[in-house]
Amino acid sequence: MREKILSVIEQNARIDIKELAVILGMEEIDVANELKAMEEEGVICGYHTMIDWDKTSIDKVSALIEVRVTPQRGQGFDTIAERIYQYPEVSAVYLISGGFDLLVSIEGKSLKEVSLFVSDKLSTLETVLSTATHFILKKYKDHGIVLSKKKTDERESFMP
Amino acid sequence: MRNPLSDEVVKIKPSGIRKFFDIVAVMKDAISLGVGEPDFDTPWHIRDEGIYSLEKGKTFYTSNSGLKELREEICIYTKRKYGVSYEWDKEVIITVGGSEAIDIGLRAMLNPGDEVLIPQPSYVSYEPCTVLAGGKPVIIDLKAENEFRLTAKELLDVITDKTKVLILPFPNNPTGAIMEEKDLIEIAKVCVEKDIFVMSDEIYAELTYKGRHVSIASLPGMKERTILINGFSKAFAMTGWRLGYACGPSEIIAQMTKIHQFCIMCAPTTSQYAAIEALKNGDEDVEKMRQSYDQRRRFLLNAFKEMGLECFEPFGAFYVFPCIKEFGMTSDEFATRFLEEEKVAAVPGTAFGDSGEGYLRISYAYSLDRLKLAMERMARFVNKLREEKAEK
Repeated sequence: MREKILSVIEQNARIDIKELAVILGMEEIDVANELKAMEEEGVICGYHTMIDWDKTSIDKVSALIEVRVTPQRGQGFDTIAERIYQYPEVSAVYLISGGFDLLVSIEGKSLKEVSLFVSDKLSTLETVLSTATHFILKKYKDHGIVLSKKKTDERESFMP
Repeated sequence: MRNPLSDEVVKIKPSGIRKFFDIVAVMKDAISLGVGEPDFDTPWHIRDEGIYSLEKGKTFYTSNSGLKELREEICIYTKRKYGVSYEWDKEVIITVGGSEAIDIGLRAMLNPGDEVLIPQPSYVSYEPCTVLAGGKPVIIDLKAENEFRLTAKELLDVITDKTKVLILPFPNNPTGAIMEEKDLIEIAKVCVEKDIFVMSDEIYAELTYKGRHVSIASLPGMKERTILINGFSKAFAMTGWRLGYACGPSEIIAQMTKIHQFCIMCAPTTSQYAAIEALKNGDEDVEKMRQSYDQRRRFLLNAFKEMGLECFEPFGAFYVFPCIKEFGMTSDEFATRFLEEEKVAAVPGTAFGDSGEGYLRISYAYSLDRLKLAMERMARFVNKLREEKAEK
């Protein structure tokens, strides 16, 4: 039941509870209770809006930063990750396998702002060994949704 | 000049939905609920295999019956899904969609005057294909009170000495009706007793929303008298690839292969390579699409309930078949006014046989948002008609 609810609201968080109950063939009250429980348990962490900022007049710059760090005894990467994710500029932090340790996603108003954040805040943390900044030039697909292209229905409108 | 045409072909009625097509073509922001194909794109890994086959230069004819590997995969699939075992080299033929299989199957089996039982409402090709194959169509009018399932009694009532083939189109287009195992057992008994062959068109088999689809070929004594028709269009969203298949007794498949060889040669090679991938790794995609359809199905049934519109619960394909008899107009009139006044296109039930009178086929191969908009317009239309009726 949870999986079914999640698979629908993952695609459409704005669906109302009544409609959700109808399409899943459940009772409205059960769906409402399950949603509430999942919010409380932290299964559902939030409801977000997918925005293509390029289509607005608001300037946004985002970058992915590879960070190499020295893991700390007894704490591994957790302490340094926690230091990094406190900054509001940071939208995501992942511990990853491969040639570096953390992948940090940053959003700012301009290239300068992001660069300054990396040079002033991130690189200066004592356990950070090195950083490599990759500015995002164009988003093609995000959260499973292809941006910029709107699909039209090309099917024949009548077909037996 | 002499008459250049075949009388038999000229006699065949053109499809009744042409007129709607013309209206909708010039209409702005019409919502169509009239399509008979999935709204999903073919899953990428399947398309990718098709592309890869082209890159490798696999652009030749295949054998007449189709690629060995595809026929083998089909045998694995029918065994795994429906518990029917076929021999890949003698009992399977790959066709250009299920449509071709229907045509060559009937041509391979019928002698002049043989009667073919066609339950209706059903897909539009059975009747003309029967006529073109020299057979005589005998229509069985399915009834709403049986949820448009075929009953043994209805079958027995029309069987004569000439009856040779029963077409079994379930899950059904346009009604969405299915035949469950208990229903099929009754039909199978009659077929064995009366020595009738079955052409079972199971193109919508994967889109079943109540239990698992049962193929009549899996019932005792039926495999040897059943042509099982299926394809990739509906299950894997591959309509444009034009690929289907038929499985059945080797003596019938051999004759079908002969016709296929002379008029088609072989089904499209690229599509056959893509289809192998579909059967090998497509289960998850099918399940995802099935769940989406199921959600939309529930949405529509609920919408009709709120409108107070009578509709039996269909458990297959991607159609619902609401009853519009309360408005005292024909399906054609209703569909025409619905299109002209609310710009929503649905197919009148009569496009699928006379017994579709009083019903409307609504396809849910559309996104929920689209369906929501269409149902708002339908509710408004239904209210308007009821008010009109009350004033009279």
